Formats: sequence, structure tokens, C-alpha cells
Amino acid sequence: MSQKNGNTDNQYTFKIFRFNPDVDREPYYDTFISGFPRGTTVLEALLHIQETMDDSIAFRFSCRSAVCGSCGMLVNGAPVLACRTQLMALTGDQVLIEPLPNMDIIKDMVVDMKPFWDAYLRVEPWLHVNEEDTPEKEYLQSPDEVRKLDPYINCILCACCYGSCPVLGFEENYLGPAAIAKLFRFMSDSRDRRGAKFLEKVNSPQGLWACHTIFRCIDACPKDIRPTDTIEALRRKLVVYRFKKFFHLLKQDQK
Amino acid sequence: MISHDVLVIGAGLAGLRAAVGVSQKYDTAVLTKVHPVRSHSVAAQGGMNAALANVEGSKDDTTEKHAFDTVKGSDYLADQPAVKVMCEEAPGLVYELEHFGCPWSRLEDGRIAQRPFGGAGYPRCCYASDRTGHMALHTLYEKAVELGVRFLEEWFVLSLAVENDRIHGVVAMELATGKVEVFGAKTVVLATGGYGRIFSRSSNALINTGSGIALAYEAGVPIEDMEFVQFHPTTLYGTNILMSEGARGEGGYLVNNRGERFMEKYASSAMELAPRDIVARSIQTEINEGRGFNDEYVHLDLRHLGREKIVERLPGIREIAIDFAGIEPIDEPIPVQPGQHYSMGGIATDVKGATNVKGLFAAGECACVSVHGANRLGGNSLLDTTVFGKLAGEAVKEYLDSGAESPDAKILHSAFKRQEKSIQEIFSRESKGETPGGILTEMRETVFHKCGVFREKNTLEEAYSKIRELQERYCKVAIQNITTRRYNPGLMNVLELKGMLEMAELIVAGAIAREECRGAHWRTDFPVRDDKNWLKHTMAVCSQDGPVFRYTDVEITDYEPKERQY
Ligand SMILES: Cc1cc2nc3c(=O)[nH]c(=O)nc-3n(C[C@H](O)[C@H](O)[C@H](O)COP(=O)(O)OP(=O)(O)OC[C@H]3O[C@@H](n4cnc5c(N)ncnc54)[C@H](O)[C@@H]3O)c2cc1C
Repeated sequence: MSQKNGNTDNQYTFKIFRFNPDVDREPYYDTFISGFPRGTTVLEALLHIQETMDDSIAFRFSCRSAVCGSCGMLVNGAPVLACRTQLMALTGDQVLIEPLPNMDIIKDMVVDMKPFWDAYLRVEPWLHVNEEDTPEKEYLQSPDEVRKLDPYINCILCACCYGSCPVLGFEENYLGPAAIAKLFRFMSDSRDRRGAKFLEKVNSPQGLWACHTIFRCIDACPKDIRPTDTIEALRRKLVVYRFKKFFHLLKQDQK
Repeated sequence: MISHDVLVIGAGLAGLRAAVGVSQKYDTAVLTKVHPVRSHSVAAQGGMNAALANVEGSKDDTTEKHAFDTVKGSDYLADQPAVKVMCEEAPGLVYELEHFGCPWSRLEDGRIAQRPFGGAGYPRCCYASDRTGHMALHTLYEKAVELGVRFLEEWFVLSLAVENDRIHGVVAMELATGKVEVFGAKTVVLATGGYGRIFSRSSNALINTGSGIALAYEAGVPIEDMEFVQFHPTTLYGTNILMSEGARGEGGYLVNNRGERFMEKYASSAMELAPRDIVARSIQTEINEGRGFNDEYVHLDLRHLGREKIVERLPGIREIAIDFAGIEPIDEPIPVQPGQHYSMGGIATDVKGATNVKGLFAAGECACVSVHGANRLGGNSLLDTTVFGKLAGEAVKEYLDSGAESPDAKILHSAFKRQEKSIQEIFSRESKGETPGGILTEMRETVFHKCGVFREKNTLEEAYSKIRELQERYCKVAIQNITTRRYNPGLMNVLELKGMLEMAELIVAGAIAREECRGAHWRTDFPVRDDKNWLKHTMAVCSQDGPVFRYTDVEITDYEPKERQY
């Protein structure tokens, strides 16, 4: 843990969710009390607890600088990146640590993200191009065209939105906010050739139409991406596409 | 037994690029201890060098000039034919990433933008704002999933099965269950990244333990030039999160406690954009001589760039400064200090990524080709990972095309038994024994403070005996919780610590032996570069009593060594 200068330690009480499906019938909470200097993040505190008090507490981490998306978890009930959350920024000295909801638990805060990645795959998250059009150098793209992508390419796939989505609580086959935002990112890319007809693939109750616009994902996103906006934008695009198709207004290559 | 033609270990940029290249032709699996997008490559900020000559001011840039800057930056320790290959491949790889979807920042005319970077004669660093690694890694992962590459996520490789200088596969542990499994393979590509976390101050991800280099070392592969460790001049005081060189590339100043732009004294023409080794030493000198703040850091001042430029070009830097130091760079200077950043050394390979073990290849930060020599230039590592990831993939295909033998089940089985036994042994230790934490902390402090920016015989020797002592203590180190193998971080810490201590030993021993100053290796007791005796690569080979060193010649084909001036 990094040492910050000129400050005294504050005491915190950590209540940490524990569950090991091999040995525990049901989840329980462990309590740890420790002092931490100003500037300590939740991740640093957890690593300290792991190192000095209980080395079996499981949670994921990697970059500790809010770009790898490993350490999404619930801190005092809110889905956050542990590495970016300062202890000081929490109200009070009680810190409740729990795994992200909507996924099965492998152990403690480590959840099985398979459904999240499966949803990601369903939107075909790669640039769709016609091989024969590939230029020798770069595709030209204006700064404004890149700027349009900026709000969405920052997604770090941490699943905080997925864990916060109330719809996923009862509709486990729903694509979820991150996958749809990813689809929007590609469909907004001037180089992508998939066209609006691609939306037929996500035109289902588990696809674009599952969202109840409760906006939890927007609050949860540590990168200020607004998944709900992308869901609504793609719905509109789909409706326009269907309308044009119905009235035979589509050009040959849009069908 | 599970068996593949190709096993790629690691899913950062190097591993992904290798896998993308071979997976369409040969049965390939990628084993990685974290999900691919959690790999350290995601944290790269500033950019990737390629002589595209896209911008005003780089019109007459060429791949030769890129090669020259790289060789000069390396303090002439890089192998020049390899550097040439890398620089010639560079534009192709930037375009390839673009074709795969990478959202590079653009010029008004739609071409890829480039910014100035340290040690480069032209603005040739291609960037995606200051989140280049994130964009490049996600893009390559997207390409890999499009191609249907098979990933085995959260599998930790424990050892390589090598016999008679040939690879047969690997032994690995699944984190979710703790199950140990053996994977047969005709070829293995190590792309496991660097060892930054053996230093107390490091810009690296917490998972960067250098375990892949240790795997190769233990399997008898020579490890090259480990004493060359890059210290990045500007890591955020406190957490040592990187403040990209891009911040200085965009015009940021370094300022001491007297308000002076002190780089004037050390590199009067390149100023803040001198190569990293020089800037890191300059900052450390200012701090050591009392011109730092709180004797710990100097200021990186961006204020004069103005809000618009900071928000547009350096949004990631700004976000980090705000989130992790409570500092708004638009209004206040950022406190920075040198921290470990990059491993120039690593697994010795040829220009196609081949090691001395048949069928075993390495690419990316874990490898040493050598293209960075004694000091890497900023923006050349993302380049290195993609170029040599690609070339290693091609070399694997050639090797398999010529009919490689299948792995030997007996050899694999005994490799498996050895690992299973050693894990059982760890679980059987007294759980009240010393845990890895103390050893880790002592190692990190020792290596950073005694084998850091400035080095000297006595302290290096103290560091060496400390590491030997820690290695002895390691033999008895225990985990507290022995009830379960399932996702057991205590077990992971014990397993990773072994290789970390080996890496620390190689770095310190290599630094003791090399009695000169070259690039990032600065011996205050031997304050000059000594081409007569030391224009040589260090090769460390594992033996019963620790590393044995031999030295090989540097390949000098185009540029004769000269004194570096900036
Ligand atoms: C903060 C920061 C910023 C940087 N910015 C730049 C920049 O702007 N430009 C530039 O050129 N360079 C930059 N660099 C350097 C560059 O990012 C790295 O050198 C490069 O990304 C390394 O890529 P890699 O593929 O070799 O390894 P990594 O991305 O580190 O990937 C290693 C992989 O190996 C796996 N692995 C490791 N050990 C095992 C094991 N035992 N079993 C299974 N899997 C294992 C991991 O899971 C991971 O997938 C930066 C570095 C840092 C620290």
C-alpha cells in the first residue's frame, strides 16, 4: 500500500462477503478492522487485509488505475471499481464489500463473468468491413468522426453496469448495457459496414427491447458512458429501418 | 491429455497478435492468468511509433531515421538488424490495427495523427488520445474473437515441459478451481510481459511479476540484459501510476522547487523530451540535491497548455491525476517521481522470436530480441509487442509447416507430477509460518533503493545478499488458508514469489557484473560507458548455485557507437 504523507490513520470496519461453494452452504460476512492513511483506495485496503489478515479473500485486480476493468464490486451497495474508490469518499467508517450481482459466484467477490462475455459476443464486437475495400494505408476518418466514438470507446468492460441492471435480475438472457453500448460504438464508426439491418439480430425481448430505462447503468459506469442513451438510439434506428423496409424504401445494399 | 499445435501464454498485445496470426492455420489455444483485456497492455498511454510521415514536421521521416533514433536511444546496445526489422514493419502494423478498428486520433485530413516523443527526431508516435494501449488491446481482442481464437482465461502457467532442448507443453493451474493440468504442445509462445512489481515503485499493473521470464529461465533458456531496467521519469507521487511521456510530448514542463525548468542543465536541446534514462536521472539528481519537493518529487506542469489541449489530448492523465492525487492539472502542477517502468531485458530470442529451445518462442516485453538495448524509447514497446508477436506467429507456422514432432506424454506426465507435488508440499507446510507479504515488501524496497536509478558496488552487493537471504526464507513460506484450492490468492502469491526472487537476483547480479554506465544502467562508481569491455549482451543461465553469466557480441551493422547527446 502506498504511503501518503502528513496524515494520521483512520479506523475502518470492513464487512466482507465470503462464499466458497466448495465448503460453504451459504454466504456469510467476515469483519476486519484496520487503520488506513488518507488517500487509501478500497483496493489498497483489501490487498492490505488480504496480505496481513486473511490471504484467502478472493477478488480480482490488475492495473490499479481504473483502465483494466478487473475490480468491479459492490462497495456499500454501489457498483464501483475498488481501485478508484477512496475510503475517504465513503460516508462513515463502515465498508461493506460484496460481489457484483447478476452473476454466479466463483468465490467471494470473484464472479463468473461468462454470461457477460457471451452477451458481448452476441453483438459481434468487431469492425465489420468489406475486405476488398481495405485501403493500402489507413481508412480516412475525420477528427469529428472519432470524437463521435469517444464517449463509447472508453468502456473497460468492467461489468459494473451489468451488475447494476435490474432487468438482468429476472431476464438472464438479456444482452445488458455494455454489449449494447459496444454495438452502438461500432455502428457509429464511419468505417463499419454492418448497416442497420444488423439490428435484426438484436431485435428481441432479450435484445434491444428488454431495457426498462431505469438508468442504473448510467450511474454505475465508472467511465461516464451512457448505455441507456445507446439503447434508445439503436431502438430508434431499428424502428426507422423496419419502417423503410416495410415501405420498400431501402436501397439494395441496405437490405 | 489436452494437446494443441500452438499454445500462446499471455494475452496482452504480443500474445494476441501471435494468436491472431497462427490460429487460422493451426490448432491454437491462449492461456492467460487474467482475462485478455485485463492484461497490462491496456494501461499503455502515449502511443506507438511508426515513420508514417503524416504530420507537418515529419514529412521527411523514414524507417531508417526511426532505426537510428532507436539505436542511439539504446546506447548502442540494441542489435541493429533487429531494430531495422522492427522499424520497417512499424507502419504496416499501425495500419493493420487501424483496419481492425483501432480508433487512432486523426489529423484534419483524416489520416492518423502523430505526436513528438522522447528521443525521436520527428513526431512519429501514433496515438489514440492518451489511451493507446486500451484502444489497441481491445481492438486486437476484438479481432481475435472475430477469428474464434480459443482462450483459456485465468489459467496460470506453472512450468514448461522441456527435455533435450525441445518443448513438449506446459503445466498450468486453473485459478477458479485450483486444478493442475498438463497441456501438450508442439510449440509454445511466451508473451507474459514484464516484471515491474519486483520494484516498490512501479508504473506497472499489480499482476506484472515476470513469471514467464522465470519459466524460461528455469527451463534453461538464457535470459538477456536483465540489468537494464527502465525507470520512467514521471510517475505520480504516491501511487506511481504513469503520467505518460505524451504529457511532455504535448509540451509539459518539468520544474523543480525553485521554479526552474531544470532539463536545461542536462539536455539543453531536447529538454523534457530527452530519452527516459536521462530525464529520470535528472529528476533524481534534482531530488537528491534538495531541489525537489519534500525530497520526494518534482512538478510536471501542464497548466500553460490550457484546458482545451489537456481535455482533448490528455484526458486519461487528467482523470488519473484527479482520481488518484486529487489534483486538477488544468490548475495545478502534478507531483512526479521516477518509478520502474519497463523491462529491457528478458528471454533471449532471435529476430523471429525463437529461443534456444526448439518449438519455444517469446515475444513482447518478456522477450529480449534485442531492440531496446540499454534504454527503450517511448512508443517503441507497443510496436515491439505487435511486430514480434506477428513475427513469432510466422515463425511458429514455418516450424509447424516443416513437420514438428508431437509432444511426449511421458515427459508431460512427469512435469505434471512435479508441479502437483510441489503444490501439495506448499499446502502441507505449517500454516503459521511466514507468509509471502514480508518477503515481497523487503524484496521490493531492496531492489528499488539499491538497484534503482543510480547504482554502486556496495549497495548492489548488499542487495544481492538480501535477495539470497529472502530466497532461503522463501523455502518455508506458507499460506494461511489451507482449506481450499479454489481461487486461492495466498497460493498464487507463494507461487509467483519464487520467480520474482529469481528475476531480482538476475537483475542485481547482472548490475554488479557490469562495471560501466550504459543507458538505464548507471554505476556511480564506473561513471562512463566502456565500449571496449562492455559493448556486450549479458546472458544469464540457470544453474544449481544461481545464475551463470556469459557475454555475447552486439550486432552492429549500420551505426557505429558514438557518445549520446541530446
Ligand atoms: C503505464 C504504462 C504505460 C505504457 N505506455 C506505453 C506507450 O505509450 N507506448 C509504448 O510503446 N509502450 C508503453 N508501455 C509499455 C507497454 O505497454 C508494455 O511493454 C506492453 O504492453 C507489454 O505487452 P505484452 O503483450 O508483452 O505483455 P502484457 O500486456 O503485460 O501481457 C502479459 C500477459 O501474460 C499473461 N501472463 C503472465 N504470466 C502468466 C503465466 N504465468 N501464466 C499465464 N499467463 C500469464 C497475463 O495474463 C497477460 O495476459 C507502457 C507501460 C506502462 C506500465
